[in-house]
Amino acid sequence: MLQLECPVCGVLADETELVPGGEAHLQRAGPDSTDDAFADYLFTRANPRGVHFERWCHVYGCGKWFHAARDTATLEVFGTYSAQTTAPPDDIVAAIRARRPEWEGPA
Amino acid sequence: MSTRLATGGTRIDRSQRLGFTWDGQPLQGFAGDTLASALLANNQVLVGRSFKYHRPRGVVAAGPEEPNALVGLGTGGSFEPNARATTTALADGMLVASQNAWPGLAHDVGVVNGWLSRFLRAGFYYKTFLWPRAFWKRLYEPAIRRAAGLGRAPDRADADRYEYLYLHADVLVAGGGIAGLAAAREAAQAGLRVLLIEQEACWGGRAATDGVTVDGKPAADWVAGTVAELQAMETVTLRLRTTVTGVHDHGFVTALEAADAGPRQRLWRIRARHIVAATGAIERPLPFAQNDRPGVMLAGAVRDYAVHYAVSPGDRTVVVTNNDDAYRTAIALREAGLTVPAILDARLRVEGALPERARAMGIPIKPGHAVAGSVGRGRVEGVAVCVQAGEGAVLETIPCEAVAMSGGWSPTVHLWSQAGGKLRWDAAQLLFRPDPARPPIGADGAAIVTAAGAANGVLPAGDCLEDGVAAGRAAAKALGAKPQTGKAATAAAPEEAPIEAVWCMPQGAPPALRDKIWLDFQNDVTMSDVALAAREGYESVEHAKRYTTLGMATDQGKLSNIGGLAVLAEARGATIPEIGTTTFRPPFTPVTLGAIGGEARGALFKPTRKTAMDGWHDANGAVWEPVADWRRPFCYRKPGETVDQAVAREVRNTRRNLGILDASTLGKILVTGPDAGRFVDTLYTNRMSTLKPGRCRYGLMCNENGFLFDDGVVARIDDHSFLCHTTSGGSDHVHAWMEEWLQTEWWDWQVYTANLTEQFAQIAVVGPQARAVLEALGGIDLSADALPFMGWTEGTLAGIPARVFRISFSGELSFEIAVPAAHGQALWDRLMAAGAAHAIAPYGTEALHIMRAEKGFIMIGDETDGTVTPQDLGLDWAVSKKKDDFLGKRAQARADLTRPDRWRLVGLQTLDPRTRLPDGAHAVDGTVLPTGIRRTIGRVTSTYMSPTLDRSIALGLVERGPERIGEVIRFADGRGHIEARIVDPVFYDPQGERQNG
Repeated sequence: MLQLECPVCGVLADETELVPGGEAHLQRAGPDSTDDAFADYLFTRANPRGVHFERWCHVYGCGKWFHAARDTATLEVFGTYSAQTTAPPDDIVAAIRARRPEWEGPA
Repeated sequence: MSTRLATGGTRIDRSQRLGFTWDGQPLQGFAGDTLASALLANNQVLVGRSFKYHRPRGVVAAGPEEPNALVGLGTGGSFEPNARATTTALADGMLVASQNAWPGLAHDVGVVNGWLSRFLRAGFYYKTFLWPRAFWKRLYEPAIRRAAGLGRAPDRADADRYEYLYLHADVLVAGGGIAGLAAAREAAQAGLRVLLIEQEACWGGRAATDGVTVDGKPAADWVAGTVAELQAMETVTLRLRTTVTGVHDHGFVTALEAADAGPRQRLWRIRARHIVAATGAIERPLPFAQNDRPGVMLAGAVRDYAVHYAVSPGDRTVVVTNNDDAYRTAIALREAGLTVPAILDARLRVEGALPERARAMGIPIKPGHAVAGSVGRGRVEGVAVCVQAGEGAVLETIPCEAVAMSGGWSPTVHLWSQAGGKLRWDAAQLLFRPDPARPPIGADGAAIVTAAGAANGVLPAGDCLEDGVAAGRAAAKALGAKPQTGKAATAAAPEEAPIEAVWCMPQGAPPALRDKIWLDFQNDVTMSDVALAAREGYESVEHAKRYTTLGMATDQGKLSNIGGLAVLAEARGATIPEIGTTTFRPPFTPVTLGAIGGEARGALFKPTRKTAMDGWHDANGAVWEPVADWRRPFCYRKPGETVDQAVAREVRNTRRNLGILDASTLGKILVTGPDAGRFVDTLYTNRMSTLKPGRCRYGLMCNENGFLFDDGVVARIDDHSFLCHTTSGGSDHVHAWMEEWLQTEWWDWQVYTANLTEQFAQIAVVGPQARAVLEALGGIDLSADALPFMGWTEGTLAGIPARVFRISFSGELSFEIAVPAAHGQALWDRLMAAGAAHAIAPYGTEALHIMRAEKGFIMIGDETDGTVTPQDLGLDWAVSKKKDDFLGKRAQARADLTRPDRWRLVGLQTLDPRTRLPDGAHAVDGTVLPTGIRRTIGRVTSTYMSPTLDRSIALGLVERGPERIGEVIRFADGRGHIEARIVDPVFYDPQGERQNG
């Protein structure tokens, strides 16, 4: 059972307190988007073996959404951070690089 | 004959006799016995029948690895199938039944499967019974189901209580042998909170039985001293009879306790910062012919039964081995006064300290010898001896009552492996052991498990203590504590000479013997089965496992794993490490569903949400219906009425006179803030921001796929505030949906949401007399001019602060009154009293549904299923064409959502008004698709007998439906068809004159 620290309330929460929200930092395709761009937004998701940015909601806690940077294979957590960002913050990127020097960086 | 010895038994208390029954036969054991030791002490060597061939089987092991001695415990609601006799503590009055034998254990008709064994080989499920096809369903499957399988499922609800609890510790030590005790002590001395868990009923593991000394004294003394020391420390928690069943992601641990008092079992959910796996090792059987005969046991188990429980497996026990450890068994049996006619050692050179001692005791040792097969009728009566190097030519037959076999030991690496730790092959000891370079890791990337002692591949009994000390210190260091550095106690045990590989006995055994060499006792898998699987191309160990069933079921291959890998390796010309192991998954031993569920069953499984008027409904004939987490009255039944009659009465009375509905479950979400208008415009398909305070509008919510998922009336409270009504089942989801968008997409918008659903009781007053009864209560002007349709107002009604919404889900004149929940019952009572003069009667959800269907109003979950758009439902009028954006707008322009032949909402009238279309029935057009399936052109979404129209009505989605009004289509109904005419979905009062009155 995964444990993630909610950056909003500071609780180290068990997975059963959380709901997953899939890939983070998706760009919403609006009414003017092309069919392809919109289909991408709706259906295409990264599914890496390794570093991944995810959305989680502390639903049985403070009720807030947050982001987590995690390795999908080893389950290591590089950090959790605010949901109110469009890209992983520098300290999270640095934490990933420290443990995964070969990582190519956020897509 | 297997009996109790006159003296001895370190774990039994001869002063306490316990009575139990075995297949109805009364037997006796002692306190401290396991069920298995008690059965053996009573000469019950035959304890079960095998899974596939129904071969007689006896106890093989003395621990959780036992594959055969699975029994049914208890009776009725306390019946438990597949309990392992070897780990079940004997209790007075215990009812024990054998499994998998009919009509009885000694005479089982299923044994005929054994004669058919040549047809029941690996993959037989997939091959033999394929043809003819029709036979599968009627003949093969029922026959196999009756003959195969383990215990029978309980036939009633579990009468026992279970619970689960949480434990937190710095270091969890799994296993209370000397390695685990040493590790726990080191971690505790470093100042850490330690949790030490042992699956057996006493501490010390195998050390005492195996003749280990610590600092020159018997290991038992050191164990007792260390346990006392740990018990005296406040930071240490010790638990016996508790099995660590799994190490899960991020080091979450589950442990199952066989509770002595209170609940039957406890499941501990443990979070420890570090885990020491000191889980010991499991002995391997030897692969010789007829090695599954009752009386053939693991050498270590024979020793355990003799030393712990004073059980003699028989006067004469032949020991067969490929290592030195088994000599301990021979010595223990001799010390108990029993005979060991021979030790058959597959190795040619036998010269370790233990063999020397056995030799000195006068036990005959036959180096280079092996078992060609066990002999006997039912149970062992002797072994046929051959040379290991040969093909099984029988040199002599030694009469005996038991065979103690040892193929070496496999570290219990389950906990290490479950969480992702990798193994390496130790070619000298012939075992997989934890690879410290590739441990299971936690969230921070650091190792979460340290293996210790035999579980770490440190098999020599004397070295386990030292390894445990090292593991405890390493765990302390990993957590930043300061471990002791001094020299710890020193354990000693006789040196052991190296093991030799024996993956087949004798090594040149011909097929006839290999057919009878059992690898997996529980699943009846022989050496030939695994070789066959390899020949047929099941080369991957994971495929071979599933094809042959080797290593499946309740024991999960604890005995058979390595033996099976060796056979697969030989067949493929590969090495064992090249084959690799199958995946270790939790749980280590089976966990009952009762323990997992704990107290969360029945009424405690999930709380029932109740409205403020719940008690009144219950006292007035409510027939309850679950609606999401709520319970709501389906109808109110009067004495002598059927449910259908009650529903029809409620509909008629509401349409003719006055109905009253508890609508409190309706979701009520307040959306407020400077950007609230912009936000509700984005959430709803139509424009809400233009709504004036005091007015209401019906709105639809779609997901980004363009599909409708919730609907409801929005009331504008003031410039900054909207009250969004949702469906009863959707309030939590809609609120979460709003929050998700506000927190993750438009976090700069100044909007606040609050789910007020439970803060208000809401009562719908419906019918021609609705206004009259409310005017009788007084306080608010509810005339048509003051409060027109789709308006709302607030004030004091009958002295209660209230909001009155003039909205209608029935098509009647209707007011929905929201009051603080605490006033709900008071208002209900006032309405019932004032309404008596107008024939007021409460109605339930079914009347609500019928009335809305008569009006063609859609119901989320009936007309929608997550693939239906507002346009499909003819709700284009509620989808804004002018707004730049709303959730779902872009998707509704996609090709599939705009194609003209989509299924769309229509009304359906059966040609026979007495016939009601079945719910969900599919319309067919008579053509057949290439797949052989009839093409469907629509389906029924809601269907009722309408009391108002006195005929059946239905709503449905039909291909190009609205273009086909008047057409008659056919719905499949079992074998036949029902014909129905496509009509407008509004069956009643299409002009809306009643609700506007």
